[in-house]
Amino acid sequence: MENKNKKILLKVENASFYLNDKALIKKVSLEIKQGEIVTLIGPNGSGKSTTAKIALGIYKKIEGRVRRFTERIGYVPQKVSIDWTLPIRVIDFMSLTEDLKNDQINVALNLTGVEHLKNKSLSNLSGGELQRVLIARAIAKKPELLVLDEPVQGVDFKGEIALYELIKKISEKLNCGILLISHDLHVVMSATDFVICLNGHVCCSGKPHTVIQDEKYKELFGDRASNILSLYEHEHDHSHSSDGSIDPKK
Amino acid sequence: MFDDFFIRALIAGIGISLVTGPLGCFIVWRRLSFFAGTLAHSALLGVTMALFFEINIAFSVFIISAVLAILLLQLQKKTKLPNDALLGLLAHASLAVGLVVIGFLTSIRFDVMGLLFGDILAVNQNDLLVIWLGGGLILIILKLIWKPLFASTVNYELSEAEGMKPDKFNAIFTILTAALIAISIKIVGLLLITGMLIIPAATARNVSNNPKQMVIFSVIFGLISVLVGLFTSLKINSASGPSIITATLLLFIISLIKFKKVSDLKK
Repeated sequence: MENKNKKILLKVENASFYLNDKALIKKVSLEIKQGEIVTLIGPNGSGKSTTAKIALGIYKKIEGRVRRFTERIGYVPQKVSIDWTLPIRVIDFMSLTEDLKNDQINVALNLTGVEHLKNKSLSNLSGGELQRVLIARAIAKKPELLVLDEPVQGVDFKGEIALYELIKKISEKLNCGILLISHDLHVVMSATDFVICLNGHVCCSGKPHTVIQDEKYKELFGDRASNILSLYEHEHDHSHSSDGSIDPKK
Repeated sequence: MFDDFFIRALIAGIGISLVTGPLGCFIVWRRLSFFAGTLAHSALLGVTMALFFEINIAFSVFIISAVLAILLLQLQKKTKLPNDALLGLLAHASLAVGLVVIGFLTSIRFDVMGLLFGDILAVNQNDLLVIWLGGGLILIILKLIWKPLFASTVNYELSEAEGMKPDKFNAIFTILTAALIAISIKIVGLLLITGMLIIPAATARNVSNNPKQMVIFSVIFGLISVLVGLFTSLKINSASGPSIITATLLLFIISLIKFKKVSDLKK
């Protein structure tokens, strides 16, 4: 996809962030344009969430520069815990940062498959249900930039695929830029325009199929991780009939 | 039917409970009850300052509480002591300093009990003006900042990321809390104001399932407590502040019974 004429939404330049004198990330740069999905991958503690928080301006004391060219931002944090003392229903949560009409709320909840939870207490939801509500809330306000920090954690396998498809569909429909953090290399490689592989710094970055050929990527994730794309990108030259026999493609 | 002083007490109490309801909810949600208590303790110093410099008590209490709140933010940044230790330090240090200063003010006849537990029956017209104007202003500001404040209460990072500027509104909220303590210190006293903030809100939590409902119930329970407390105090000649807080406690106990029934039904 050519993005040359598209608006830049977010630019992080040489950002470093220190906590108690320890560098969490060093000299990370990235850029997100309209309609583009940029994915951060990397092992635990490699600074993926930190990078997202720097991009969003949650961490402010950084070295380097962060510029956001939009104020319409939707964020799905890695973890949201709702205290029991705060009685809040899904419907109240949906309008947290922006007033939404009832049908906007319904449509968004419907997209992530949790419309039936609308009047339930947020603290009574299961992990997967809460994730779906978080995603619904972030997309309901029609953002220009979506930042999703492991958005499908705790979601069942079938739901996971559907949600990633939804995310891709939303990026096309709203023409918004997406910064995605994911552990799921399969999804990353099949649904992303640009991959950044982090390990405290940017190990390697580029289009999915260039990244998986990178030696540093193989070092970080092991050789088997390189085969992921071949699993997903190969064209089927046949299909299976209901009894399992092979039908050559017409 | 009633004496003037009792009418004034009712008007003052109603005014205060209209403000403690919504503010108390935020204090419970944000786990700030100890913080509110600390600000209230510092009020003693504020009152003595007012007497010493002969300025308005509410104004002086407000200034001292606001200074204390800023001091706390600085200490949080500069030391590694946990929050509760810092709050305890500030609460009791300011209380002690206040008591020491009182000792020097021998020329002024001073009702320490009234300060600690409130003296709602000695409210004058000037106090009513402070309560209703100050309280009205607090409520208007709270209404204006409701959305960003609530968003930052639910999740700080989410509200920061989506441009709700949580730091700014948290600071405004702290100032509102200081202002509330300033206008209500004469009514319920510095030892009991935290109870007036927290107990009706806690009671409301037991019977509500969304934030607005909890605020409304919190105001209603505060109002009932003020009425019950004041009439009791008139009938059996008990201290007014403690009577009001005892009434909030009774409501809380009743709400527990109801709450248990509701959760049993859900099973």
